[in-house]
Amino acid sequence: MTNNPLLEVVDLTKHYPVGGWLGRDQGLVRAVDGVSFTIARGETLALVGESGCGKSTVGRTILRLVKPTRGEVWLDGQRIDQLSSRALRSLRWRMQVVFQDPYSSLNPKLRVRDIVAEPIRNFALARSPDDLDRRLAALMDQVRLPRDALQRRPHEFSGGQRQRIGIARALAAGPDLIICDEAVSALDVSVKAQVVNLLQDLQRDLGLALLFISHDLAVVEHLAHRVAVMYLGQIVELAPAAQLFADPQHPYTRALLSAVPIPEPGLRRERIVLRGDVASPLNPPSGCRFHTRCPQAMDRCRIEAPALRARHACLVACHLIDTSLQGAPA
Amino acid sequence: MALLEIENLQVHFRSGDGIVRAVDGVSFQVEAGQTAALVGESGCGKSVTALSLLRLLPEPPARVAGVMRFEGRDLLQLSEREMREVRGNAISMVFQEPMSSLNPVLTIGRQIAEPLRLHQKLSTPAAGRRAVELLDVVGIAEPARRAGEYPHQLSGGMRQRVMIAIALACRPRLLIADEPTTALDVTVQAQILELVRSLQTQFGTAVLMITHDLGVVAEVADRVVVMYAGRKVEEAPVDALFRHPQHPYTAGLLRAVPRLGAAAAARLAEIPGTVPSLRVRQAGCAFAERCPRVQPRCGTEPPPLRATSAGRWVACHDPLPAPTST
Repeated sequence: MTNNPLLEVVDLTKHYPVGGWLGRDQGLVRAVDGVSFTIARGETLALVGESGCGKSTVGRTILRLVKPTRGEVWLDGQRIDQLSSRALRSLRWRMQVVFQDPYSSLNPKLRVRDIVAEPIRNFALARSPDDLDRRLAALMDQVRLPRDALQRRPHEFSGGQRQRIGIARALAAGPDLIICDEAVSALDVSVKAQVVNLLQDLQRDLGLALLFISHDLAVVEHLAHRVAVMYLGQIVELAPAAQLFADPQHPYTRALLSAVPIPEPGLRRERIVLRGDVASPLNPPSGCRFHTRCPQAMDRCRIEAPALRARHACLVACHLIDTSLQGAPA
Repeated sequence: MALLEIENLQVHFRSGDGIVRAVDGVSFQVEAGQTAALVGESGCGKSVTALSLLRLLPEPPARVAGVMRFEGRDLLQLSEREMREVRGNAISMVFQEPMSSLNPVLTIGRQIAEPLRLHQKLSTPAAGRRAVELLDVVGIAEPARRAGEYPHQLSGGMRQRVMIAIALACRPRLLIADEPTTALDVTVQAQILELVRSLQTQFGTAVLMITHDLGVVAEVADRVVVMYAGRKVEEAPVDALFRHPQHPYTAGLLRAVPRLGAAAAARLAEIPGTVPSLRVRQAGCAFAERCPRVQPRCGTEPPPLRATSAGRWVACHDPLPAPTST
């Protein structure tokens, strides 16, 4: 059992019907289209990509905040995507979430104490009122907030402090996996560094697995063990972080990395400026979905969708890689 | 004479529980054709500075004082009517969120034509033709067809291109760009920064870039003004600032940014604590509480802004040493 990945996602798909007038469907938004990956215990997998690539939908589908159209989600050897919501409820403590906006994800009417205690109460984890108090105090220490913060309400805190409250709530149930959906994206630089370091420490100390959904590549490089790059609902590259950042294989990954501005004046890197915008997930392009923007697109890319294939330690979905592999030992 | 000279700008807001000193005595200049960046974290007063430049803050609750000399004229002394001659003509502005700054019920062609008809007195057909040309200049494919479309039909990147087309329609001497790429994806951000740069060389427009993103600053700016809690803490040419920051806040900020390609295992440098409330008047340096170089007098005496070398200013009792050469 312990060799199982903590989380396994197989061919996860979420399509939204749109434009139906009087029940006539006009199309499908292919928000997530056949995504598969695993996360080991204590591992951070980052899901990166631009807005609309489906990364947040993947997170929400795993948590069943939205119902998948197709595919499987396995948590610690148990298939959970088909469980009834009641059966799933008893497993919810194992997967928690931290959202992007610490202003809208905390109930403004509750004291911090009640916000953080909610999962403990929901899952009846505290043995006594004293035990609850001890747990709450320990959680405040863990996220480096003063203990008297428990008596206050969210509006008394800054964005970074609120995000710590959100993290404390996620930790309260003692989860194995935390899904961080753009959890540091709304924070200022000086505060972002504090929260990134906190997440890193918590992971090391508690052996947490993180699914870190983000568009901020520099933070991802800092935190993640492995990185999956998504484009229009599909994973185009999945590789160990060090390898992905040092030697990106997919043309989209390369363009994405080269577009990040580096805080060093005068350092002008070779930049691959992509033409146009991300195509619409309603009617995605034929063949490889990236071919409309790819600087290296070939005829084959317009017709045939490339499969995600192993190359060394990484997976890449690109015909260029296939071509360069021809003749090489598998 | 610089194109824009701001002296001792103060913007205060009266609110239920006291006065918020959003901008508290800020001075800087923008030279013609140059790009100056105003950087800092949320609440440092950078956007309020920009809005007060075009006199877009409602008074009250805002109170704006100081001198803002643009081509020798103090914008604060102009009548509302004279100010309308300036806005979108000599000075124009691009905002962060292109969807909420475009009018959803007018075609984009008409919105680009509006400043042309108003300021340059072009006829409606002539302004329409010029609008199509401008769409082409900002890199929108099929400009003639796009001119007839509405904002919701465009992607975020295209909307920001339209905003830039509107802003540049009358060839302003100064373009104020308030977080113009913050809402955009990195690949689109790269396109927009490229566009601003090329248009700037083409038209010789000065740019005041307001951003929290030090990567963007490094890429576009000639000079940088760093703000903290409503005050200017440091100003320097971009290379000098990034290479040898003198204010401990600037140094901390530069260390705290996660960088692509930096050693991934290392911890990020944190700046402890949070930004102080702007409601409480700071007796000394606003950064004192979070500063690693803090001294007793920092809590009581506000540090004056001093020139440390040619074109460099820092407001700190104990600034980091500047290198002797350079």
